[in-house]
Amino acid sequence: MQTPTTPTTPTYLAAELRLPTNWLDYTILGIYFVVVLGIGFAARRSVKTSLDFFLSGRSLPAWVTGLAFIAANLGATEILGMAANSAQYGVYTTHWYWIGAIPAMVFLGLVMMPFYYGSKVRSVPEFLLLRFDRAAHMLSSVLFAFAAILIAGVNLYALAIVVEALLGWPEWVAIVVAGFFVLAYITLGGLSSAIYNEVLQFFVILAALIPISVLGLKKVGGWDGLSDSLTASHGADFMTAWGGTGIGSDNPLGANWLTIVLGLGFVLSFGYWTTNFAEVQRALSAKNLSAAQRTPLIAAFPKIFIVFLVMIPGLVAAVLVPKIGTSGSDLQYNDAIPYLMEQLLPNGVLGIAVTGLLAAFMAGMAANVSSFNTVFTTDIWAKYVVRGREDEYYVRFGRLITAIGVLASIGTAFLARSFSNIMAYLQTLFSFFNVPMFVVFIIGMFWKRASMKSGFWGLLVGTTAAMVNYFVLYKQDIVDIPTDQGANFVSAIAGFVAGAVVMVAVSLFTAPKPAEELQGLVYGTTSPGMAEPPAPGDEAWYRKPALLGWSAIVLAAACYIPFSF
Amino acid sequence: MSEHYSDRDVQREVTDLEGKSATAARLFDIRRIIGGLFVIYGVIVTIAGFTASDADLDKAEGVNINLWTGLGMLLLGLFFLAWLKLRPVAPPPPGVVPEDEQQK
Repeated sequence: MQTPTTPTTPTYLAAELRLPTNWLDYTILGIYFVVVLGIGFAARRSVKTSLDFFLSGRSLPAWVTGLAFIAANLGATEILGMAANSAQYGVYTTHWYWIGAIPAMVFLGLVMMPFYYGSKVRSVPEFLLLRFDRAAHMLSSVLFAFAAILIAGVNLYALAIVVEALLGWPEWVAIVVAGFFVLAYITLGGLSSAIYNEVLQFFVILAALIPISVLGLKKVGGWDGLSDSLTASHGADFMTAWGGTGIGSDNPLGANWLTIVLGLGFVLSFGYWTTNFAEVQRALSAKNLSAAQRTPLIAAFPKIFIVFLVMIPGLVAAVLVPKIGTSGSDLQYNDAIPYLMEQLLPNGVLGIAVTGLLAAFMAGMAANVSSFNTVFTTDIWAKYVVRGREDEYYVRFGRLITAIGVLASIGTAFLARSFSNIMAYLQTLFSFFNVPMFVVFIIGMFWKRASMKSGFWGLLVGTTAAMVNYFVLYKQDIVDIPTDQGANFVSAIAGFVAGAVVMVAVSLFTAPKPAEELQGLVYGTTSPGMAEPPAPGDEAWYRKPALLGWSAIVLAAACYIPFSF
Repeated sequence: MSEHYSDRDVQREVTDLEGKSATAARLFDIRRIIGGLFVIYGVIVTIAGFTASDADLDKAEGVNINLWTGLGMLLLGLFFLAWLKLRPVAPPPPGVVPEDEQQK
């Protein structure tokens, strides 16, 4: 699942974006596909138990899980979408990174991870089962499984249209080929294979984005040239993070500082980063509590700087194609990065960039598939359908459901082809689901009195409220919000408040969970898993979670300074 | 599942599975793959840089981008291979918490 951005509606890329690829580029791409499969085969022998298949046996080092954590988020819809966002809204894009990601990632690592990892749950819904009841567990598992398949399908479809435009492959070929590779490596090696591929993808993406940004900047006369041209054409606020965000003033984003801070920075971002299992799963596969805590913190540092690698291409495209995204140009905002690839990269680096883009699409899909198979097997199948079988059965079932999940995503990808607008709406819809999840978590973790029943009702009402705000109040023009982005922020706040109010109200009228069943699940209690002594070497100062976390916050805040005045 | 599926059940189940898990002992080291792939990519792209045509250079704003990217990738690949060489993961002796490996 991606953070909600400019609707990453798979739009048709302009036909003249066909890249001049040659044998060299295809060699580079071919090598990558071979390595992807090789990782799957090599990881196969490490899968013995269901815990190996779904959570890598809780044994990976922090730098691996940390880079996988960031790579699972750095799917191609995020890369193309954030470049598009920058071409459309300018430097406001930084908000999705510095305020819209870092604080939530640090909170996950420092505050929430001891409960997640220490309780030894295998998934986010399983935590809800322990803290609340089966109703909350069922609702969150089913919604998550459904959303994961749908979003994997949207990713696959987005890949198909980009590949068709850039390389000229028919859509169905791209869908089937990418689906096959993801299916193969996850079925073989389980989560280890998915995570290892994500780590590899992280570096390939950097190798693709850095040359594009450097050459793009050179083309428009460096940062000063970029800044001067855009200030002249789009106004001074385009190059600032906070310009024009006073309440009541007008800006292209359609949001003011309060909705940015509360809607994006608090509700949406905490909802996405702290409760979305496709992310949290990476941290749960770490080898000990300290490594689990460091997973999102290690991820936070690249996240602070990646914004430049997606924002610069977007801004450069806005200079080179002043009419981008309007009817005066064939190019859509989403075309920013493919356009620069076509304009600037010679064969060789071009192959790396194409590989990076395809890798990012596949990783975006794989993150959803590998979290889907875990939730479907451990939370739905093993708890409500076929209980108490031997562990090998659940490994086999996990492999089977991975195959079914990938086939279902291929199905949703073909559906998306005929209903791409509906798919974009559905994606928005599921982005709302994270927000009430976050309310339920935060209240459940910090308030002992929150009753067993309150979890289910908080989830249900919060999700409904966010959807009603977006689809009824905003889409039917009952309230006036200038843009989709602004409406996203307001819906998130509405979902949060409604979920919280309902949880408190339900808790006051229903029985609390017995205190002995809350050990290690609520703030102020501990579980045996939290009492583990630190592993040797973890006392080193640079591995202290608190230091890493607060450094990330300070660094993100400092990054705002040059863009605030 | 009984009505009282609690924290303790999960703790017991997962601890039991952790005891049987094979990942720590059998999973290969990803540094070898990253190192190998980036060395290969680095060499290919660097060679493309040495044989760059004038058209390639003009397209990339006069920068020999293949050469620079190739060298960068080669260095990254060598870094991972060197790190692997200098700090190999010791196979964890049974029953002992594995040594936390050097973190980047």
